Amino acid sequence: MSQGAELRSKIKQVMVDELMLDFAPEEIDNETPIFGAEGLGLDSVDALQLVVAIEKHFGFKIGDAEKAKNVLRSVETIARAIEAA
Amino acid sequence: MGSRCQVAWHGEDGGVRSILITGGNGGLGLGIGRYFLEKDAEAKVWLGVRSNREAAGSLAAEYPGRVALAGLEVTSRTAWERVVAEIMETDGRIDVLVNNAGMHRDALLAAMDDESWSSVISSNLDSVFLGCRAVIPAMMRARFGRIINIASLSAVLPPVGQTNYAAAKAGVVALTQTLAKEVARAGITVNALMPGYIETEALSHMDEEAAKRARAGIPMRRFGRPEEVAAAVFFLACQDAGYVTGSALKIDGGIF
Repeated sequence: MSQGAELRSKIKQVMVDELMLDFAPEEIDNETPIFGAEGLGLDSVDALQLVVAIEKHFGFKIGDAEKAKNVLRSVETIARAIEAA
Repeated sequence: MGSRCQVAWHGEDGGVRSILITGGNGGLGLGIGRYFLEKDAEAKVWLGVRSNREAAGSLAAEYPGRVALAGLEVTSRTAWERVVAEIMETDGRIDVLVNNAGMHRDALLAAMDDESWSSVISSNLDSVFLGCRAVIPAMMRARFGRIINIASLSAVLPPVGQTNYAAAKAGVVALTQTLAKEVARAGITVNALMPGYIETEALSHMDEEAAKRARAGIPMRRFGRPEEVAAAVFFLACQDAGYVTGSALKIDGGIF
């Protein structure tokens, strides 16, 4: 598994574990929207937990709401933000 | 795994459990602190105190190394940040927050001055908001935490003369229920207690005649003791209470 694929896989695992999601990490596509009914259906409470989890597991701090909005779109956008940091 | 009646702990590390109690120099705060110290040998109690800290100092002397005093003005954001940072630096964790500090300044609304309104709202409600906000990042990172807010029976059975206090305490209950939903998935529980008449300095202003009348209105015909509130606080902090969140428990000898 490439480094990029490994990171994306770990992000999915963290999401499932930390947000107590009722599906397997491999069921999440990299591009699936995190929020909204057409995506994973997560809400603002999950977003808060996800911000803390990303900092805890990847050392990547999402400082403000605007940044969070851009980063927390999908597994792909989270991975890119971590890779760019 | 330790006894399930110990204060809840997370992971396999065991060790000290760090408990912060505001209003730590008052009868109820001290009663809660003493209860934790007696019931759980691993509990370390931080007593948030203002200028008067004599009684808290006595408890600290009684339990060397297990009680710490922290200067805490509960209506100050910076004071909260400082105290939480100190606890994290010392213990590396904060397991339980008991928001107990508060005061009342009774008057009929028509005669209530602005200061009586705002100081009671601030000390009873703003303090809970500030305290919860200060500890939640650390609890979220740990994916564990117990917050117990001391409201009052006045939140649901408000007596004449307590529009300020009753509004603040009802606010504490509403805050508790809302916050419980917001942090449930982070492993944090948030509950409120609503004590009725409890034998603390808050009742000391009552003359015997008034006390007699008050007792007559309580089905159990007696005031509660601080340790009877402390026992409920302790339960809510225990492992066995892990599924209890967003609740508001009356402790009042049966008044309703």
